[in-house]
Formats: sequence, structure tokens, C-alpha cells
Amino acid sequence: MSVTIKDVEKIAKLAKLKFTEEEKIKLQGEMNEVLGYIDTINQIPGLEDVKPLENINDTENVFREDVSEKCLTKEEALKNAPEKTENFFKVPKVLDK
Amino acid sequence: MENIFSKYEPVIGLEVHAQLKTKSKAFCSCSTEFNAPPNTNVCPVCLGHPGTLPVLNRNLVEFILRLGTATNCSIRTRSIFARKNYFYPDLPKGYQISQFDQPICEHGKVAIGDKTIGITRIHMEEDAGKSIHDMSTDESLVDLNRCGVPLIEIVSEPDIRDSKEAYDYLTMLKQLVIYLDICDGNMEEGSLRCDANVSVRLKGAEKFGTKCEVKNLNSFRNVADALDYEIKRQIELIEKGGEVTHQTMTFDARNKATIPMRSKEEAHDYRYFPEPDLVTVYVDEKWKQEISSSLPELPHIKTKRFIIEYNLPEYDAEVLTQSRELADYFESVCKLIDKQSYKTASNWVMGEVMRVLNEKKITISGFNISGQNLAALVKLIADGRISNNIAREVYSEMLMTDGPEDTKQDPEKIVKDKNLLLVTDTTEIEEIVKKIIADNPKEAERFRAGETKLLGLFVGKVMKESKGKANPKTVNELITKNLGNN
Repeated sequence: MSVTIKDVEKIAKLAKLKFTEEEKIKLQGEMNEVLGYIDTINQIPGLEDVKPLENINDTENVFREDVSEKCLTKEEALKNAPEKTENFFKVPKVLDK
Repeated sequence: MENIFSKYEPVIGLEVHAQLKTKSKAFCSCSTEFNAPPNTNVCPVCLGHPGTLPVLNRNLVEFILRLGTATNCSIRTRSIFARKNYFYPDLPKGYQISQFDQPICEHGKVAIGDKTIGITRIHMEEDAGKSIHDMSTDESLVDLNRCGVPLIEIVSEPDIRDSKEAYDYLTMLKQLVIYLDICDGNMEEGSLRCDANVSVRLKGAEKFGTKCEVKNLNSFRNVADALDYEIKRQIELIEKGGEVTHQTMTFDARNKATIPMRSKEEAHDYRYFPEPDLVTVYVDEKWKQEISSSLPELPHIKTKRFIIEYNLPEYDAEVLTQSRELADYFESVCKLIDKQSYKTASNWVMGEVMRVLNEKKITISGFNISGQNLAALVKLIADGRISNNIAREVYSEMLMTDGPEDTKQDPEKIVKDKNLLLVTDTTEIEEIVKKIIADNPKEAERFRAGETKLLGLFVGKVMKESKGKANPKTVNELITKNLGNN
């Protein structure tokens, strides 16, 4: 299975990124290399007995108690936003969800 | 024309999101308080700042296990979270933490009357923020207070067959989450949200039709209306030779119609993968046991018990067990009265008490008359010491008091202070009866001549003279006796 330019365009769109035609070709090559590496791994014998790794930690059940704390002020929260009003983050209009 | 609708069978599955009543968010310590000023309950974790790590709120697991156990789900011993990736400004991380192929609760079932509705799965996830679109034409404003508030999603099997069943299923779910004390169940405020998957097929057909998803159903009424409209739309479309296409609809409550949402250029592509920042949730037998043994008596079981224990009609039992608090209140009254008065107590709670709750828009916890004092009132009626009319008068007095600590709320005291006890003393009543007969000689004559329906007139006059305090039974007997004697 190899990556087509269409695949690159789809992934770029999902990631909200724009690329030139030249860059797309470069990315296509890099993605195919990654997939080729995965293909190589897939040839390791006995792989079907290996469970997928869901977490690199061996621990289970790390919890917080349900206690609420004040954290940031509104001013702090909005401080790094490129666009804001007094109370809100401001973003270009996006309608479809 | 033969009714085309009767040829078809609707197939409905509901996805219900319930916002949990935790104090803090799912993965950080920010408050979940509703209606806080915008962007004041936020922290680097729920704002999606780089380098932050989520830590799971224990109560999110605790709460979902309660519902999972109450809906007969099997509880997965080890479950993990997954990232659901999509782009939207009210989702600052660019992904929602949810569960994908390993939900914590699965394969449950609930009963709606005689019917069983399967629960496919119940899983944990987080809410997104809120976007405000109508402030300007080219910009949206974002409030991230709700971002990270814990949700559970309850997915039903496609077992629902009409809007009535959907309505009943939702009503039951709402009651259940309130009983379990995990969600306030307020659909209008968004603590319960419902999406519906709807398709229709010819009766007897095995294959499901193509389904449409209807979103934004924010009231019980809307769910029923939207389903009715969508079912009709699909049947009419098929009858006209058309084909239902898989699409997402939204419900326009004003016109009671489902309308297609602008279709996306890209199909859903959430690219789920295991959330590496959270560890596995492990629910051992001990935890499962703790949950089962800590569950309150569930509504349907309570209803059945009320029918048997208090000898009530099914309707009464259902009304009284609507909420745990109301049921507890009723039981606190019954504890203090005789078996014969249970139905009287039920009538009072369903009638006068609930009328006041509705008028004042309060719940029973905010009601000022204690179960003890209501029981005392019921006893006064049962013992024939006051009439129903006087009981209502006493009740109004009780309502005006500050609360159970207020000694003025004691019905015994009200009755004594206002001298409202029924007079059962026959000599006292007989005096009045004699006076009334003497005052109305013509009517007395006609009664003796056989016009017995005039009894009512005499009873009325005696009751009036006694200011409603004469025991009506005694009055009846004494009038008949005195009029017959002469």
C-alpha cells in the first residue's frame, strides 16, 4: 500500500495545513518510507501474538479526588490568545461542526 | 387511501449524553459550576496548553459504574481512553478524550414497561467549550469553561419503535441518573442531550433501512416531535419512489421539522488512537461489589414495593417514586400513620403537596411542611376529628409557617388554637339541629311528608351554623332522628 498525492492532501486538510505541489511530493516520499518500515516490521514472525501497546506505563488507576480548585484568572487564560475580547477567545468564524 | 404509514416500522436508536455532577472536571481540578463568567473555570490542562497532563477524576469512573451496574451492563475490567481527533475552535487540544473500542460498560438492558431496550455501550468522555456565533459576522467567540466537563454517552440498541417509546426511554434514563445522583437530568440546561438514529423498513423486513442522524434534540418534547417528523419524511420519500440517503439532520423546533445540516466536504475521520497520557482504568471485583452494594433502591423496584407495601394503585406508586426525595418524604409520613390512611397520605402528597411544589417550582427538599406534621394532619382526618375541608384550611396555615421547627406548623395546635375540631358531642349538635328544625317548620313538614331529599338542606344549614365543625355523619343521624320523632 503506498501513499498517493490524494492521501497527502487529505491528511494535510485534516491537519489544516497547506503545502505546495513540490512539498506534497516530498511528503509522499517520506510517508511511503514510514509505511515501508512498518511493512518490514510486519514481517517479523509471531507478531500476531504481540498485544498492542496501549500505554508505556505499567501503572493502572491513577486518579485525582473530585475536588475543585481555582486555577487561572480570566486574564491569565486569555493572555496568550492572538485574538480576544475582554471575556472571550476570538476566532475566525467556523460554522460547520 | 390505505394508510401508507402502517406498512412501515420505524427503527430508532438513541445516543444520550449526560453531564455528570462532579465538582471538578474530568481531567483537571477546574470547577464544573454552571453559568460561571466566561473563561474563569479554566487551567492549562483544559485550555490544551502544551506540556500539560490530564489526571482522571475518580468520580467519573465511580459515576459511570453506578449507571452501568444499574442498567445491567457488563463492566470491562480494563478499559482505556482514546483520542477522537477533529478540528473545532471550542476544542483547544484538537482532540476529545473519549473511549473507542474498549468502553467501560457494555451490553446492558433496561425495561420500559414490558419492553426491553438494549444498551450497546456507556462510555466516558469530556465536553467541549462553547462557541458564540451571533456576535459578529466574521468572528466567533469562545468560552472554554465547559471544556473538559465529564460526560457519559449512553448508546441504545436500535430497539425503539416509535416516538412514545423514545420518550419513555428518555424519561426512565433521566429518572435513573437522578436516583443515582450522577447527573441533574435537566435536558433544557443541557445536562442531558439526545441524538437519534432513525430509519424505517417495511414491516416484517429483516434488514434495516438507511438511517439518518437527528441532532440538537434539547427537550423531551423535541425528541418526540423530531422523531415523528423524520419517520413521516422517510416513509413519504420511499413511497414516492425516492431513497433515504444517510445524512445528519438538525431539528428546527419552531417549525417542528428536521432539516439536513450542511454536509461536510470531508467525511468523519476521527483517527481514533489510544490516549497515551492516561493509564488503564482497572475495575476489580471488589470495586464492582462496592458499587452494586452502594446502589440505592432503583425506581422500578421502589414502584413495585410501594404498590405492595402501601397497597397503592400503580399510578400513585409511579408518581410518588418519581424522585428519591419525594418517595422518602411519602415514606416518612407513612411511618407515623395507620395502614388504612396510606391512600389518604398518597392523595395528599400527589395532590396538595405536589401542587405547591409545582407552583413554587421547588423540589420536596425545599418544601416547608415536614413529613411528621403532614402525618399528624392525615391522622386528624383519619380519626374523624376534622373534615377534608377543614384539613385544607389547616394545610394552608401550615404552608405559611417558617418550617418544621416553627411550632405554629403543628396541625394539632392549629386546630386547637382556631377551634376547628369537629364537634362529635351529640348534645351540642342536637341543640343546633333542633334550632334549625324550629326555624324551618315548612321544610320540616315537607320532609315528614316524604320529601326526604330535603335532608341535604338541613345538613347544609346545620353545618353552616356549626361553622363546618360538626361531624357530618353525626349531623345526618341527628336530623333524621329529630325529624322522624315528631
